[in-house]
Amino acid sequence: MANDLTNSYKTGPDENGRFGIFGGRFVSETLMPLILDLEAEYERAKTDDSFWAEMDFLWKHYVGRPSPLYFAERLTDHLGGAKVYMKRDELNHTGAHKINNVLGQIILARRMGKTRIIAETGAGQHGVATATVCAKFGLKCVVYMGAHDVERQKPNVFRMKLLGAEVIPVTSGRGTLKDAMNDALRDWVTNVRDTFYCIGTVAGPHPYPAMVRDFQSIIGKEAKEQMMEAEGRLPDTIIAAIGGGSNAMGLFFPFLDDKEVRIIGVEAGGKGVNEKMEHCASLTGGRPGVLHGNRTYLLQDADGQILEGFSISAGLDYPGIGPEHSWLHEVGRAEYVAITDAEALEAFKLCCEMEGIIPALEPSHALAHVMKIAPDLPPDHIICMNMCGRGDKDIFTVARALGWDMGQL
Amino acid sequence: MTRIDRTFQRLRAEGRKGFVSYVMAGDPDFDTSLAIVKGLPAAGVDVIELGLPFTDPMADGPTIQLAGQRALEAGMTLKRTLELARRFREDDDTTPIVLMGYYNPIYSHGVDRFLVDAKVAGIDGLIVVDLPPEEDEELCIPAQKAGLNFIRLATPTTDDRRLPKVLTNTSGFVYYVSITGITGAANAVATDVGPEVARIKAQTDLPVIVGFGIRTPETSRDIARVADGAVVGSAIVDLIGKGKSPDEVLEFVRGLAEGAHSA
Ligand SMILES: Cc1ncc(COP(=O)(O)O)c(C=O)c1O
Repeated sequence: MANDLTNSYKTGPDENGRFGIFGGRFVSETLMPLILDLEAEYERAKTDDSFWAEMDFLWKHYVGRPSPLYFAERLTDHLGGAKVYMKRDELNHTGAHKINNVLGQIILARRMGKTRIIAETGAGQHGVATATVCAKFGLKCVVYMGAHDVERQKPNVFRMKLLGAEVIPVTSGRGTLKDAMNDALRDWVTNVRDTFYCIGTVAGPHPYPAMVRDFQSIIGKEAKEQMMEAEGRLPDTIIAAIGGGSNAMGLFFPFLDDKEVRIIGVEAGGKGVNEKMEHCASLTGGRPGVLHGNRTYLLQDADGQILEGFSISAGLDYPGIGPEHSWLHEVGRAEYVAITDAEALEAFKLCCEMEGIIPALEPSHALAHVMKIAPDLPPDHIICMNMCGRGDKDIFTVARALGWDMGQL
Repeated sequence: MTRIDRTFQRLRAEGRKGFVSYVMAGDPDFDTSLAIVKGLPAAGVDVIELGLPFTDPMADGPTIQLAGQRALEAGMTLKRTLELARRFREDDDTTPIVLMGYYNPIYSHGVDRFLVDAKVAGIDGLIVVDLPPEEDEELCIPAQKAGLNFIRLATPTTDDRRLPKVLTNTSGFVYYVSITGITGAANAVATDVGPEVARIKAQTDLPVIVGFGIRTPETSRDIARVADGAVVGSAIVDLIGKGKSPDEVLEFVRGLAEGAHSA
């Protein structure tokens, strides 16, 4: 059925950038001509073989793709149920999936003659990836990062500085990813002529959600081929963590029309999805609204004011979610669940001890859900989770959460 | 005809330029804000822009961001903003009020219900920063059907090819944003703005009002000279943020209005 377009989940967005009612172009007039230009350039690049040839070359020689698909044998034995595979995007250059997308956007920026790149970052992984690719191409790079995130992701701040980027701590709001995105948009409105806004997830106005998804889809495309090679069939369940939703969309998209594959997105449950909103689970605990250029599920109060989320993971600390996920949620093609900070920390520890892999806190959420469901599944059930980032950046946060004193090791 | 249309008709008949002021509803609190808004017409304001507080004002600089935070902290909501307009209307049935803000609080309230409530409260027009012509079905078209003006922003990036799109489905007046940037940032320069206003007027009969980057009576005059009027926001909001009394704020507004009216 995969070729039957009328029955496909892969045809979105429509010409207005909508996935069902979600998505769109909710930006100020100043930015409208810019996103229309970007859309035109992306449409041209998409069918330009030389664009993809450049991407493929850099993915292979600069990022280190394809990333391995790894059978987590000890973890599988420990859980005593389904077979667990990890898509190892944490082995990419810069340590996360973020660079898959950054390369695409920076090549586009170069095609458009833009010389100054801006980005928002939460955990710092997207900021580091952007600073990296800008250094490689000799482009000026400015990264907006919430002041609170600057504090909890210090190693990444230093990496960005080493790479020549200017890091601007954002103090508006509560100083997290949402506020960094506001300030990046304010910068873009001000510097429209020379600046390209490199968004780090599948959110923002059209064409960003579709474009970022397309760049990240290399994850799912590889996973599919690798799984065929390893097992001779598709996985039964695929699982990924969701901040804005780019690593998840990248894994999910190539599988959307394989209806036998169960798709699960894992949101950050923080201290628990409760009425106090101490979480970042937009689909589980939010409702549709308009922010940062698109309509999607958002954490908001009764008056439509946006709430600050809460998560131990800076990369998941965003009150929204990419519009395509909102649509997949409403049409029921994907399921979305929430994992708490405590559950993610348990998964983090187990992954270190069982597999010799220090995961980022973001994919630790995905892994925690694997730990929940795998024991009850039969041994021939195959799960593929996206190990989208490594945990080097998180060791200080984890030490604090586990009550370890780094000075007393 | 809305109060906005009537106001510009009157100004045109008198051969005068208009002065538009922006303040955030509920900043620093409901009562002080209402006192300021009530005093605006006597200070020379022709059109009142009333900011609808939002947590994530993407097109605003720190001054208006902070005003929104003050208002929200003091308990302002969309409903209370409409209540403030209604209270103003109790003694003024001629000065137009344009509600200016972002879409989410309106979307959250429900567009149909919002349009009824806004009309009842005496709102005349809407400026919704994150609703470009591409999203006209959302609010612009329903608002015009409900008899509210939908005022669009035209910007330095709105080129001649795009301008017709920005001018369709718009009414009341056209708000030309003098700079690429956020509120309260750069300074508007009359010699840059003049040709842009002429470019817009070549394609519409609507009045063209210029805002962003006007902070003094002199700039207010210079800009009004090359347009149909000037808007000042951040400079006024700054004074409210500094804790000035309504009388002090209104005194400053009077100077700005005189600037525009002397053009
Ligand atoms: C390793 C890692 N995973 C996930 C995320 C969340 O983003 P997304 O949901 O777009 O993949 C981040 C964001 O910083 C990240 O660094």
